[in-house]
Formats: sequence, structure tokens, C-alpha cells
Amino acid sequence: MSTTASDASEHAPRPSDPPPGAPEVIRTVGLTKVYPGGVTAVDRLDLVVGRGEIFGLLGPNGAGKTTTAGMLTTRVVPTSGSAHVGGVDVWAHPARAKELIGVVPQTNTLDRALTVRDNLYFHGRFFGMSRAVARRETDDLLERFKLTERAAMPVLALSGGMAQRLMVARAVMHRPSVLFLDEPTAGLDPQSRIAMWEILADLHVDGQTILLTTHYMEEADQLCDRLAIIDHGRVLALDTPEGLKRSTGIDTSVVVSAEGDLAALAALLDREIDGSTSARVLDGTVHLGVTGAEGVLPAVVQVAERGGFRVTDLSITEPTLETVFIDLTGKDLRE
Amino acid sequence: MTAPATTAPPDAPATARHVGSWVAFRALLLRDGYVLRKNLREFLPRTILQPLLLVFVFTYVFPKIGQGIGGTAGAADFSTMLVAGVLASVILFQGIQSVALPMVQEFGFTREIEDRVLAPLPLELVGVEKIVAGALQCLLSALIVFPIATFVPATPVHLRLDWPVLLTIAPLACVMSAALGLLFGTLFDPRTVPLLFGIVVIPLTFLGCIYFPWAQLESIRWLQVLVLVNPLVYMSEGFRAALTPVPHMRLLAVYPVLLGFTVAFSALGLRTFRNRVLS
Ligand SMILES: Nc1ncnc2c1ncn2[C@@H]1O[C@H](COP(=O)(O)OP(=O)(O)OP(=O)(O)O)[C@@H](O)[C@H]1O
Ligand SMILES: [Mg+2]
Repeated sequence: MSTTASDASEHAPRPSDPPPGAPEVIRTVGLTKVYPGGVTAVDRLDLVVGRGEIFGLLGPNGAGKTTTAGMLTTRVVPTSGSAHVGGVDVWAHPARAKELIGVVPQTNTLDRALTVRDNLYFHGRFFGMSRAVARRETDDLLERFKLTERAAMPVLALSGGMAQRLMVARAVMHRPSVLFLDEPTAGLDPQSRIAMWEILADLHVDGQTILLTTHYMEEADQLCDRLAIIDHGRVLALDTPEGLKRSTGIDTSVVVSAEGDLAALAALLDREIDGSTSARVLDGTVHLGVTGAEGVLPAVVQVAERGGFRVTDLSITEPTLETVFIDLTGKDLRE
Repeated sequence: MTAPATTAPPDAPATARHVGSWVAFRALLLRDGYVLRKNLREFLPRTILQPLLLVFVFTYVFPKIGQGIGGTAGAADFSTMLVAGVLASVILFQGIQSVALPMVQEFGFTREIEDRVLAPLPLELVGVEKIVAGALQCLLSALIVFPIATFVPATPVHLRLDWPVLLTIAPLACVMSAALGLLFGTLFDPRTVPLLFGIVVIPLTFLGCIYFPWAQLESIRWLQVLVLVNPLVYMSEGFRAALTPVPHMRLLAVYPVLLGFTVAFSALGLRTFRNRVLS
């Protein structure tokens, strides 16, 4: 059914590998975190990210995304396994690793004692820039991230979208080998979200390696070269967005709203519709995966009504990463 | 994109330069110094007001209104005795104000601290920097308050400076207070921090031999022994030795105990700091 890291062909480049020839920037082997109290937040994670990739970790709340990012950025101590960034063992040489990473955490960690401009300026100084270079870089970044007009403001006066832009500007200021973004658009309004996507796409064009976590499938689909779908700390599938969608074998997803016993309806449709690969009840609707969508809508209505169900709404979509997630876990990705 | 990095050629954008801990350490100090200068209008009143009122009421108002204080020692000796205690308490306060309170905020619910600890130096050095920056602020506040404690009293203060003692006790007291600030800053959170003053700082100052020399507690023997756990006692007595002819605790006891507290608070503070940063 789905392609996971282990069952891909040995010969062709595997979709779970980084692009051939690209030096690897992140490598984890068996990376595991068990929190005190016994929650296994990340379970034997094996990951390789190549230079220049945008790699996504897509998963619902509590999947272990922040924990994974934390173990790669010197903040969460792994229980076992290893994590390398830019060839440096993160837990053997954390100070060196910190020179190679840029981090935008899930919460606003801007320095509230400083203005917008000074947040950037002192970050540059922490990373060894001289006064003159830090000033110049600060001005450039303010310009590029459209914050010049806010430069003298305290960071508390920034909107969510502006604060997030400043965090990204700060994180790339010292030209990290890899940029970590933990849910970079969570809580942003749609306009700010699109602005953030554009910023990340620009960074990608400049060759910046990015690891981002998200629970928005559109975000993962739009931005990521490859992504791992994770749940309960495990990688369920790892591939390009296209590859993941192909791997389900579903080429059409039909959502049926109807009155009556939906579980019975799902079973009925799964049995009666030609090319049905899966049928599930989610959020009060029946989700039917189909291969070969020719004439599927009339067929669904017919089968349902013959079975005594009254169809109230019917829609048909291309498979999305949501479909993939539902196919893998039987549940929905949304909060 | 912006101009190419100063160190990385444009075709290799993914090579951050090697910084070195000392550079990052110095930059963190620079940041703290900058914030202090920027907030001087808050720093000065909060540093000066408490000791000013203390000295004013005890050594100006009371003698003027004929209220006896200082027991048999008399008003003049009381002013002299109080100088050392005031300096010690100012330093202890400053350690908490300048290290513990900002740290409680940084560990607060957005965890601003997560950014500070991403500076390219070992985690422990981030904590050490907090102690150093705090100690410098303690020293600064002592310098500001010293003239107040000397010139405000209505009766003359008899100073007798012992420079070698002063130049060793003052830095030691400052580092110890900043280390205590680090420890408190990592033990308390925004919800519990009011307790820090209510049940820790107030008892420390009232029983810190600020208003009376330790030797005079002889008549309340149990208290004299009890207050020996209070680090402020050794600071007050140390400053008494450094600044005044007032009888004081033996320096042979003051130095090792102050040093011991400094080492213990630093080690504990750095450990709890590490434990709270990492999960
Ligand atoms: N400090 C901690 N101590 C104990 N358990 C923790 C800690 N941090 C996270 N967990 C648990 O580990 C699991 C993974 O959490 P994590 O924050 O990594 O998930 P996430 O994918 O980032 O979720 P979200 O989308 O909510 O940010 C959860 O079950 C969480 O409750
Ligand atoms: Mg998270």
C-alpha cells in the first residue's frame, strides 16, 4: 500500500533518500525520546536531509514534531540514537552545532527587552559579527523582511505575522547550514501565512536547507520537497508529496454526506463501488477512496439509495496529503 | 538576496562560520550592558530608593526626633554600623533584581530563554554570563549607594577603609549574590515569584545583621547561631571589616564561608539552569 522507507526498491534511488549528489545536512539514526513519565514522543527516527531541501515533518498535535526539532537543535536530550547536523554530532558538540543551525521555535522567543532592530543586531553579535557587519546585515534583513518601518519598535508591538518574519530573519542572519521552523504559520491569518510561504520559497531558491514541522497539509504539499508523515513519534511514510499521494493507490476521493447509519453506508459503498480502495466514517461523512473515477458519482448515489440512504451532499476531490494521512491512520489530520 | 556573507563565498551559502565561545560570551555581556543602559531610568530608582529610605529614617529622622536607636552604642556609632549592612543588602537585592527576576520572565510561558541558549557557546557559559553580568550590576549599585549611606545620616559616619579587604570582599559578595540570583531565578516561576520576596528575601534581610553587628546577638544565643546559615550575615560583617572600625566577625570565618556559598550557589544555579533549559 504505502511506500515506507524500508520497502522501496534497492536499485533505483529511493524516494526516501535525499537528492543524489547533495551533501547530507541532517542525519538521525534511531533517534528516540522518552520523556520522564514514560511518554515515547519520538520513536527510532531515521532521517537524512540533503543540502538545499525543504523537508517537512507532517503530523497531528502531539505527534513528536517539536521534540524531534528539539533533539536536533540542542534543546531536548535524546534518550537514545544519534543526531548529526552539518556533519557535527549535536550532542557531542552542542556549541559547535549551534553555529550551524538557525531556529524558529513554536513560541515567540524574541528578546522583549530589545527593539526589532536590536533583536537582529545582537543576534549578529552573538554569532561573531563585528559592529559594522552586524549593522549592515541588520539593515539588509529589515529591508528584505519588510520590517524597516518597525525597526525602532519594541517587539511586543509587532503583530503575529511580523513577529514571525522577524524570527525567521533572525534565524537566517548567521547563514545557518540548516534552518529549523517549528509550525511557522500556526496561528497566522491566511494573508500572513501566504507571505510566510513566499519567504520560505525565496529562501529555498537561495539554497537554504530547511526542516519544517507542520500540521497543515497544504503547507507541506506546497513547500516541501520531501516529507515524513509522523504520528505517535513514528514515521508512517516518507516520500515526495506526489509520491505519497500516488502511494495510496487512490486517484479520487469521494465524500458522502447522508442520513442514517454511516458505518453501514461505508461498508455498502466499499462493497458495491467498482475500484473502491477504502471507506471510512470521519466527521459525520463517509470518505471513499476510489481508483478509476469514471462515473463514480452517479454510481454512489444509486448504490446509496438502493440501500435506503438519502444522500444529502456529495463531493469529489483529488487525493491530498489528508487522504494519505487518513489512509495511513484511519483518522483525520485536522485539530 | 542580501549581500554575500562576510565569510562564506556566494556559492556556499550553507557554511556558518566558527565563532568561538568567548566571542559569544562577550556579546551576551554586551547585550546585558546595553539593556541596563537603556533601562537606567528604572535601574537607578529601584537601586537607590530602598537604601535611601532606610538610611534616612534610621540615621536622620530618628536622631532628629530624639528616638533612641542603636542601643547603648549611640546614634553616631549606629550610622557607622549601618553603612556596611546597607551595602550588603543592596548587593543581595541587586543580585535578585538583575538576575533572578529577568530569568523568571525568560523562563516564562513563551520561553524566551530558548533563544538565548541558542547562542553558540556551551549552555553552562550562558549561565556563567548571567552571573558575571549580575555581579557587575551588584558592584555598580554598591558604588551608587555608598555615598548615600555615608553622607545622608545626621550624625557623622566614621569610615576606616581596609583596601585589601574591601577589594576582595566586594567582588566576592557580588558574585555570590548574582549566583544566588541565578539559583532563585531557575527555582521560581512567574506564579511563585512573589513568594521569593515574601518568604525568602525578607527574612534574609531582617536577619542578615544589617541593623546590628553579629557579635551583639550574643545575648540571644540561639538567634546568633541560627543566623549563621544566612549568607547576608557574612556579607554585612565582611563590609564592616572593610569599611569601619566597628567590631566584626573574624575574617577567617567570613572569607571561607562566603567563598563556600559562592561555589555552592553557582554550582546549584548552573545545574538547575541546565535542567530547566533542557528537557
Ligand atoms: N517536556 C515534556 N515532558 C513530558 N512530555 C512531553 C514534554 N514535551 C512533550 N511531551 C509529550 O510528548 C509528545 C510529543 O510532543 P511534541 O510537543 O513533540 O508534539 P508536537 O508534534 O510538536 O505537537 P504540537 O502540534 O502540539 O506542537 C506529546 O505526547 C507530549 O505530551
Ligand atoms: Mg509542537
